Formats: sequence, C-alpha cells, structure tokens
Amino acid sequence: MARDPVPAHLKKNLPPLSLYVPEPKFRPGDTVDFTQVPIPTAGETRRPEITDDAQSFTDLAYQLVRVLDEDNQAVGPWNPRLTPDMLRAMLRSMAQVRAFDERMFRAQRQGKTSFYMKCTGEEAVAVSAAYALDYEDMCFPSYRQQGLLIARNWSMVDMMNQIYSNSADRLQGKQLPIMYSVKEAGFFSISGNLTTQYPQAVGWAMASAAKGDTRIAATWCGEGSTAEGDFHSACTFASVYRAPVIFNVVNNQWAISSFSGFAGAESTTFAARAVGYGIAGLRVDGNDALAVYAATAWAAERARTNQGPTLIEHFTYRAEGHSTSDDPGQYRSAGEPTAWPLGDPIARLKAHLIALGEWDEDRHAAQDKELAEMVKAAQKQAEANGVLGHGLHQPLDTLFDGVFEEMPWHLQEQQAQMIAEETASGRPWARK
Amino acid sequence: MTDSTRMNMIQAINSAMDVMMERDPDIVVMGEDVGYFGGVFRATAGLQSKYGKTRVFDTPITECGIIGVAVGMGAYGLRPVPEIQFADYIYPALDQLVSEAARLRYRSAGEFTAPITVRSPFGGGIFGGQTHSQSPEGIFTHISGVKTVIPSTPYDAKGLLIAAIEDNDPTIFFEPKRIYNGPFDGHWDKPTQNWSQHPAGEVPTGYYKIELGKAKVVRPGEALTILAYGTMVHVALAVIAEAGVDAEVIDLRTLVPLDIETIAASVEKTGRCMIIHEATRTSGFGAELSAQVQERCFYHLEAPIERVTGFDTPYPHSLEWAYFPGPVRIGEALKKIMKDA
Repeated sequence: MARDPVPAHLKKNLPPLSLYVPEPKFRPGDTVDFTQVPIPTAGETRRPEITDDAQSFTDLAYQLVRVLDEDNQAVGPWNPRLTPDMLRAMLRSMAQVRAFDERMFRAQRQGKTSFYMKCTGEEAVAVSAAYALDYEDMCFPSYRQQGLLIARNWSMVDMMNQIYSNSADRLQGKQLPIMYSVKEAGFFSISGNLTTQYPQAVGWAMASAAKGDTRIAATWCGEGSTAEGDFHSACTFASVYRAPVIFNVVNNQWAISSFSGFAGAESTTFAARAVGYGIAGLRVDGNDALAVYAATAWAAERARTNQGPTLIEHFTYRAEGHSTSDDPGQYRSAGEPTAWPLGDPIARLKAHLIALGEWDEDRHAAQDKELAEMVKAAQKQAEANGVLGHGLHQPLDTLFDGVFEEMPWHLQEQQAQMIAEETASGRPWARK
Repeated sequence: MTDSTRMNMIQAINSAMDVMMERDPDIVVMGEDVGYFGGVFRATAGLQSKYGKTRVFDTPITECGIIGVAVGMGAYGLRPVPEIQFADYIYPALDQLVSEAARLRYRSAGEFTAPITVRSPFGGGIFGGQTHSQSPEGIFTHISGVKTVIPSTPYDAKGLLIAAIEDNDPTIFFEPKRIYNGPFDGHWDKPTQNWSQHPAGEVPTGYYKIELGKAKVVRPGEALTILAYGTMVHVALAVIAEAGVDAEVIDLRTLVPLDIETIAASVEKTGRCMIIHEATRTSGFGAELSAQVQERCFYHLEAPIERVTGFDTPYPHSLEWAYFPGPVRIGEALKKIMKDA
C-alpha cells in the first residue's frame, strides 16, 4: 500500500500533544494549605436503605460520610448511636494500636527486628471495622490493619513474637515482620505483594455464599494499589456473583513517595471505582471512627442479606512514613500531617466522649499510661523468646517445613545436606 | 577513556541512565517511586530534575501496566527503561513480558519490537523476607525472546546497562541488591566492604559499554572452573581464597545469550566445573549450565559437575543465612569436587 510521506500532524497543522504527569500540591519545604480539599459538613450525606439498588446512590461515591461534627457531636443519618461503653472500647483499641506501633517502631530502630510499619492516623479504619463486623467474619488485610488484631483482642505478645521472628513466632520466623497470619482471629495471612488479597476475599465470600454460610468477608488495600490488576479482577468477580464482601480502600494519600494522583485521584474518587462495576460505593471520613463503623455496619448488613458487595473508600492520611525503610521528609512536606483537615481519629473520638460527659482528660492520660505499660510488659515477655539476629530461634532444619504437606525426596536430600554442612563446620551463630 | 571516579553500584547504574538519556532523547525511565523520590534504592535520583517529568516519571502501582505501557512506548519508537521495584514484584508483569514483549518481534515479523530494559533489584541477604529476596532469573532465561543480564560490579553494571539500553530486544537487568554498596564475601556477620576499595568501583563518568553475551574470567586458574553471577561471584572468590584453591572464576554477566565458548574453554582446561547461584535449585539456571557443560565437555570432566544453590524453599526471614549458599555450602562442595584431584 502506498504511504503518504507527510505525517498527518504536519499536514493538518495540529498543535503538538503534551504528556500530563501528576504532581502533588506540596513537596519538602512547601507551606501546606489543604483548603482546596472539599470536606462536606458532618451529617449532610444521606444514608440509603440497606435494600436500595446500588445504581440509585452513586452520588455517595463523590461525597463523604461524616458523623462527628465540629462540636464533637455525633450527627446525621449515619450516626450509629453506639453506647458509651462501646465508644470507650473503640477509643481504647485505637490508643492501644498507637502505643503498640510506637513501641515496635522503636524496637526496629534499636536493631531488634528488620522491619516495621505503623498505621498512625489510620487507626479508626481497622479498629472501627473490627467492631462493626462479626468476630467470625473473615478479614483479608493489607499490611497496615494491625488494628483488626488489636480490636479482636489478639495477644500483643503473639504479634511481637512474629515481629521478632523469635522462638515463639507462630510463623516460625518464615515471614517478614508484621505480615501476620491468625486464622483463629479471622485474619488471613498477609502477603508482601499488593492487593493479591482482594480476589481472595471475593473467593472466600463466594464460598461462604455457595455453602449457605452466614459469614462475610472484608478486605483492605491502599489507594495506590487499586492500580493493580487484582483489584479490578476482584471487583468484576464480586459484581458478577454479588459476593458478600466489603472492599476497603484506605486512601491515606501516599503510596511510599507517590501521592494518590498516581492512582487516579486527580480525576475521580476511589469510591467511584465501584460505580463502573455496578457495586455499592461509599466514601467515608476515615478519621471519624463513627463514620467508619456506620459504613462498615451498613455494608455488612447488605452483604449478609445477599445484596452483594460494597466498596468503601476511607479518606484518611498516612501520618508517618510508609515503613521503617523510608523517610517521608524526602518527598512530602513535613507540614502535611498536622495540617490534615480531618484531624486525628483518636483525638476526635476522645473529644466526642468528653463532650458526652463520658470521658475526661485525666482518664485518657491514665489510660495512655496503662496501655504504654501493657505494651512494655508484652514486649518484655516477647523478648524473653528472643529478638531477630541474636541467636538461632528456630532449629535450622525447620527451613524445609511447610514447603509441602509432605516433604519430597529432593527437599529431604537438601535438608540432610544442610545438617551435614552444619556438622562439618559449625556456624558461629548456630552455637549461640 | 574518559574521566573516571569511584562509584557504588547504584551510582554506576544511575550514571548509565544519565549518560544514555543525555545521548538519546527517546529513552524514558518509569516505575514506582522513581521520579521525584529517585527510587527506593536511589537508582534514579536526580534524573527527573535533569530530564523532566515526561522522560522520568512515577507510575501507578501496577507492574503489568508498567511493562505493557513500556511495550506500547517501544512500539511508538521510544526506548523505555522501566524499573520493577523488587524482582519479587515482577510476577504480575509476566503476561506482558512473556506473551508480549518477548514475542512481539517474532509475531509481527519484525514490524514491531520491544526495545525495553527492565531494571529490577533481586536477591536476598537484607532480611527482606520472601517478598523482597527472590532470584527469579531462571524464569526469564526459560522464555524465548528475552535477554537476561546480571552485573557483579559497578563497572560492569554501567557498561552492561548501557549495552542493554542500546539493544533492540527486551532485556531483564537484575541488580544484585546485596552488593549495591560493596562486594560481599558471604560472611554476613563480618563488616562489609564498600566499593571504594575495589578496583571495579572505579567507573568512567562517560559512555562505554560491555557487549552483552560476553562472560568475564575474573580469576584465572587451573584446578576447577566456577561459574557464577551477581553476588555469588564475590562469595566464590572469597571462598577459594580462604581454601587456597586455584580456581578459574567466570562471571557470566549475561545469562542469555550465554557465552558458552568462554565456559567450554575453561572447563576443558580445568576438567572440573562448579556452578553457584542463589536462586532455588530445581530448574534453576544452574541446571541449564550443567547440561551445557556436560553436552560440550563430557570427555574433559574429571569429576561430576557440582551445583551450589539456594534450597528449594521460599526465602525465609529469620533463617535467611541458612538458605543462602554461603561459604560453608560452597566449601563443602569444593572439598567434594576436588576430592580425587
């Protein structure tokens, strides 16, 4: 075929295209001003009936479910009307998560383990969900939902044993710190890869539905990892089979150094991902423990009554680094965490309880002190089982356990080889 | 030769991209955290401010998307250098790498090609657990249409990366992250060296390249041939020095296409061959090397070929040094292969 030698754009005299690359509003050294972030008034977002068709409330994907108002009152149709005891329990769990995080972050800095990840500023996302779900519901978390385990009253010593890869580590030192697995507490094994848990949660939920069970599944990922293909596979399956699952997208604004714009936040919301798949979508103030509770409870009831999946975007802020491996001061303004317009989830729930006359500063300070002591005592107990790098906490040959249910010949051979090597030479660390 | 200076491997890799971006406006660098932040290992530091956001940019967190987009940019005529943050994260990209990038030239009879260089840190030894430690090179050497390159020094890293970028076929460039800052002798409990004391830490600041497909004899010897790449080159050198064995150590540098001539000539000379890699054993690249050596040098062999590898387990966290094919495992294999010498 004959080709026109003149390129079309020259012939048509078109202006040149340009490539758009997102850029966050603030970089190190910049003064932070979040006034352009739209924050709807608490109580103004409507609450659809549990039985409403998902297509009838797509507007909610672009709003923000908020319950706690500027005067620390719980207002509007989403107010879950929790008892003061329940509110105090949630506050306590969130404060416990923060105390745990502070202690374990410091332990990593002291060289007692290789890695840690805090969830500072995001405590409500996991803790409130844990309170709104049934204990038997299955959680498929990402690596920042330690609040689920704390709120489900799982042993901190057990969590720390895993962080230290020590002799009492239920995962036998095999997995990176904080990548917990606690089947007993409905907590699926965390993967270091991103959003792989999303379709798995759908599969669990489909199985529960197929078996006529009553349990539902819930899963979490960050806004950044909604870009992964697994996120979209999960949404498609959940939509097709109306799986009893809750998708939580924790929009904490930062994926290591990439702001949410690199996941599409400049063009739409993450809750709006639900709209295209025809599933229910809610956008929630993730620093409002009551809003997270109400949205989760609403989604759980829909799922449990065969009305299918809900995607909840938790609009929050990652107040600290991604992990112990990065310094956020290198890529974002240090002013961001304090300027975040939705405040701190613990401070807000505390203020609400105080406004209700159900809490006071002294009790709060006493509780913080008590929790710090509890965490410290747990740490001491865990460290009695060893810390990473100081001595051999698992017998060497356990390296081969769990690759398969039964060990094939080639692994038996390699295991024998390892023992022979040890016998022949003796590593200095093996004798400690 | 142009001016040279001391560089660690990260700086050498950064310099390779810098030099090439300066020379060729069609080169683009993309990946998770590579833009403003300059990469979680700092390999792309400074490139965005120098070459702009349309040539060095952060991407959404989707490895499949990163490689698919790179293939499309290549189809347009660009020369993308995508980064996959850890080799352990490359699996979601396999469809685009295996079914697309590696097959594009063949299926379009050369109409379209994928001149992309996928950089990715690989290997363990940093307590990264099973998702930040793997050595998946054997998966890629098994795929027709992809080249696989692994440097072991800053000097080689820069020269090989430049050659990979200039190459018109898709190349996987695995960077041994354990030796980013300095060569590693396998003794994890001893202080590590840095590249400033190593001759290959002296790196030209300008353009040069090391042809793909060429191995390097890093230590000539007569007693046996050791085939290694990446981190394990340095561990092997340290072990034979301690053992006082006159081994010929060959750094493969490119796994596919393999420099079989250098390998065969060495094994025919020494009569013994040991293969060392950190990756798991079964169907690892060592199996291919062993087959090649056996097929070509059978009548010269005076002892069975020894493979020293990681075990066939996921990379463990606390027991990572028990997994790692360190001095003990290599030393035992050395005794075995030299038994009747």
